[in-house]
Amino acid sequence: MDKGKAVMGAGRRWAVDFSDQSTVPSSRDILDPPGFSRAPPEQDDSATSRQKKDAEANWKLQQKAWEVAQSPFKNLMMMGFMMWMAGNTVHLFSIGITFSALWQPLSALQSVGKIFEPFKDNKVELLMPKLVFLALNLGGLALGIWKLNTLGLLPTHASDWVSSLPPPQEVEHSGGGYVFH
Amino acid sequence: MAIRVSLLLLVFLSSAVVSFSLYEDQVGLMDWHQRYIGKVKHAVFHTQKAGRKRVIVSTEENVVASLDLRHGEIFWRHVLGTNDAIDGVDIALGKYVITLSSQGSTLRAWNLPDGQMVWETSLHSAQSSKSLLSVPINLKVDKDYPILVFGGGYLHAVSAIDGEVLWKKDFTAEGFEVQRVLQPPESSIIYVLGFLHSSEAVVYQIDSKTGEVVAQKSMVFPGGFSGAISSVSSDKVVVLDSTRSILVTIGFLDGDINFQKTPISDLVENSGNAEILSPLLSNMLAVKVNKRTIFVRVGGEGKLEVVDSLSDETAMSDSLPVADDQVAFASAHHEGSKIQLMVKLVDDLDTVLLRESIEMDQHRGHVDKVFINNYIKTDRSNGFRALIVMEDHSLLLLQQGAIVWSREEGLASVTDVTTAELPVEKDGVSVAKVEHTLVDWLKGHMLKLKGSLLLASPEDVAAIQEMRMKSSGRSKLTRDHNGFRKLFIALTRAGKLFALHTGDGRIVWSMLLNSPTKSEACERPSGINLYQWQVPHHHAMDENPSVLVVGRCGSDSSAPGVLSFVDVYTGKEISSSDIGHSVVRVMPLPFTDSTEQRLHLIADTEGHIHLYPKTSEALSIFQREFQNVYWYTVEGDDGIIRGQGMKSSCAGETADEYCFTTKELWTVVFPSESEKIISTLTRKPNEVVHTQAKVSTDQDLLYKYVSRNLLFVATVSPKGAGEIGSVTPEESALVVYLIDTITGRILHRLSHQGCQGPVHAVFSENWVVYHYFNLRAHKHEVTVVEIYDQSRAENKNVWKLVLGKHNLTAPISSYSRPEMFTKSQSYFFAQSVKTIAVTSTAKGITSKQLLIGTIGDQILALDKRFVDPRRTLNPSQAEKEEGIIPLTDSLPIIPQSYITHSLKVEGLRGIVTAPAKLESTTHVFAYGVDLFYTRLAPSKTYDSLTDDFSYALLLITIVALVAAIYITWVVSEKKELSEKWR
Repeated sequence: MDKGKAVMGAGRRWAVDFSDQSTVPSSRDILDPPGFSRAPPEQDDSATSRQKKDAEANWKLQQKAWEVAQSPFKNLMMMGFMMWMAGNTVHLFSIGITFSALWQPLSALQSVGKIFEPFKDNKVELLMPKLVFLALNLGGLALGIWKLNTLGLLPTHASDWVSSLPPPQEVEHSGGGYVFH
Repeated sequence: MAIRVSLLLLVFLSSAVVSFSLYEDQVGLMDWHQRYIGKVKHAVFHTQKAGRKRVIVSTEENVVASLDLRHGEIFWRHVLGTNDAIDGVDIALGKYVITLSSQGSTLRAWNLPDGQMVWETSLHSAQSSKSLLSVPINLKVDKDYPILVFGGGYLHAVSAIDGEVLWKKDFTAEGFEVQRVLQPPESSIIYVLGFLHSSEAVVYQIDSKTGEVVAQKSMVFPGGFSGAISSVSSDKVVVLDSTRSILVTIGFLDGDINFQKTPISDLVENSGNAEILSPLLSNMLAVKVNKRTIFVRVGGEGKLEVVDSLSDETAMSDSLPVADDQVAFASAHHEGSKIQLMVKLVDDLDTVLLRESIEMDQHRGHVDKVFINNYIKTDRSNGFRALIVMEDHSLLLLQQGAIVWSREEGLASVTDVTTAELPVEKDGVSVAKVEHTLVDWLKGHMLKLKGSLLLASPEDVAAIQEMRMKSSGRSKLTRDHNGFRKLFIALTRAGKLFALHTGDGRIVWSMLLNSPTKSEACERPSGINLYQWQVPHHHAMDENPSVLVVGRCGSDSSAPGVLSFVDVYTGKEISSSDIGHSVVRVMPLPFTDSTEQRLHLIADTEGHIHLYPKTSEALSIFQREFQNVYWYTVEGDDGIIRGQGMKSSCAGETADEYCFTTKELWTVVFPSESEKIISTLTRKPNEVVHTQAKVSTDQDLLYKYVSRNLLFVATVSPKGAGEIGSVTPEESALVVYLIDTITGRILHRLSHQGCQGPVHAVFSENWVVYHYFNLRAHKHEVTVVEIYDQSRAENKNVWKLVLGKHNLTAPISSYSRPEMFTKSQSYFFAQSVKTIAVTSTAKGITSKQLLIGTIGDQILALDKRFVDPRRTLNPSQAEKEEGIIPLTDSLPIIPQSYITHSLKVEGLRGIVTAPAKLESTTHVFAYGVDLFYTRLAPSKTYDSLTDDFSYALLLITIVALVAAIYITWVVSEKKELSEKWR
């Protein structure tokens, strides 16, 4: 830099100032190239484009919210497949799957607000996605409970209620038998 | 749902193991086995040689055994069959033990040192008669040593070397009964003395080489003889006449018979009926008369004179030759708490060779039998050892004024068993006291850990085994948390109670039943049955539990009964009473009074029912339930079962307000020409059933018909009541019934054509399993019958059940006549069975196992799942998951499921099960000649950690984990720090 300054200082023949930002065309000896306009872009034009952008973002947000709302569906399908794979007998695998199938919707339902937090905006319509989300999770829960039932772990049969009942008392008592010899 | 899950888990756990067995090093950890021989009948000493001194005994339990004279251990033992009673035992040729059994029809020789059978000879027997074994000492016939045996009307001479019959003489035609075989020394002629029709004395002189009769003399005695005979010398015997008041000396010198009568009244004044005692004394006989034992010397000319008399509680031994042609005998009697043992010379009763006084436990009763043996002391004098059998059947060896050893042989004849709790542990006994110190505890667990990781050296293994054996208070005398420590109270035939500890089988206390009145008629009552009288667990906790022993004064069923109440903790008799009426049947009622004494009803021969305890409180409790108490009697000989209800107090006849009369309600009469009752059975009254429902695979419900008032009856055709194979299949049929004992209603009848008894059955919950013989298939069969209640089957609405709108737990009456249906299935079973029992647990949740006492005296545990009528040839997947086993035609006998593993419970007669506090576990006690105890967990111990669980391993793992967490934390901290410094 020092060197350049020295050079310039020593003997400058000509210079072009690129930093000229004046709007007046004829302030220089050189004319502006044809079609060149020094005027800045129009103000109202930029405003419409921003609006457009916002709408697009909102739409995307909405889209994302819908996506989130529909995400349990994939889960549901997956769970259904896993359940089918697990079979109808009680063992570690099927119990694990069933309980996770019950747990996932429950935890999702608990944190509905948190999940839709990022999309919280006055302009974004979240009621429908939330409802869909809830519905799908409830569906998942129902699937889990149905699975629990098919595993026979729900007390829906008479046997579940009777098996803990002791035998009835007897009114009469008898004794006897062979005589002692 | 928790129950359901746990039940499901349970099913899985139980289905995972079809059978389970012990590892070799687990033998003796939970089980114990005690070997007995029974009450000794004969004893022969074998002490001549320098080797091991032993005594050969035969017992009333048909055992022949060789015992170590030093310690009383069993060298060897053989248990003959129940119908193979031993009549005589002797030693032949100095190396064989000869036993005569089965009324003189089987003669066996056993090798003396090791008990191997050398030969066995079946002797021809035409009629049942008294039998006699005689092993002449110095009779030799052509290098052979004959043994003379009389039995079944024949006299046999059998070679001692190989058991070959040398000759036989048929006496069946005359009806001659041999009483004595005498062999004068240095002669080949043997004298056979016997009676013909109890009135004629006959003497045969028989050539011992050929068995030919050389001479025969007979003489009629007009008065007739009565059985017992005493041979006083080689040519004289003394016998009682039929009136038992005249002693007849029979001399048969040189073949001439002469009688010499001596009335007993000449010998003793005021004589009553006399009895000749069995001891063989030379020139002397012992006669029991007027409750005294008198010794009568037989003079040269058959003259009798009384030389001594003793109290009749004196037991005497046979005479024993001691040095210098002298003969001695021993007598033993009680004096206070001591036993007086005396050895005297027969010829000179004033010469007492030995007089010893030995302190004896009161609960052994008086001396029953004495056997003596002599030995030469270092100072060349005679020493004596005496083997005595006490009234409680115990066997003791006395020597030098002390009890060398004793054996509780009463336990070989257990008749009834019940269980009792131990006292609760007092405060202040800490773990430290049991396990000494924490260091010891840790050391022990480290050893166990080493063992489980296969790092233990042989010494360590031995140490582990020893540690397990005496592990933490296994045999402590207090109750434990799991209920593993208990007492088994056993009543023996001798009328003695024993309390055995489940931990190690030792006798905690024993008690001989005493007559409450000490009357002459009832000196020692015989015990019949045992009942739990008082088991405090809610109220009256400060009182000790007690058992009721029902006894009887005499063998007749009309003999007066005796009740004895025994404190279980101390073994002391709380009280005993002579109840003044006979005892034919006892019924424990399901009611207790405020002190938790159980109410019992006792029936007498006159048809009266007596209530015990005789308190007004008990009476008021009984009055409340008066209408609901029923009674039934099985008259096996007539084929009738009668049901009775309570009628009224028998105040009209006696003033006893605790006495009641009955009225007959129903009778079931079996046709006597086609059916004979051979077996009846009810459920155990204290069995606990967990649930009334049985759930099948498709969640379908079956309601069990669980009733205590059900009687299982098995009948066979009268022809088929004999032994297996004695009838053709067409002639025999087995019919089983299930009868309600309240109403007499026959709930189920099942007939098996071509089948035969004996029937062994077990009844539990709503099922009966019974074992019998199928004549067509030539195989034993087992059939299961399960009874279900059809009238409850409508209760299937879930909502009603959820809301409790059902009457499933309401008390039911037999008069409501519920509809029944049964399911049954039969299987072949490869073994004969002696007894069947079933495991019982505290809550009845654990699955059940049948405990089958096989003919080989072992106990087989068979899962109830094998005898499930729902078994099918091809069970569905769901059924398989539920644990239903595919149907096979025979029940499997898995060698590993013998709970007695390598042991035998000789002479097995019964199996008793009792629940432990831990639901999974049950106590099993088997008795016969031997005793065996073990703890079983039919579905494995799902509710506790096993004994060999390594706590040390768990501890070490936790410590290692904590250490690892700490170390990694430190390391990560350091790393983070160094990262920050970079």
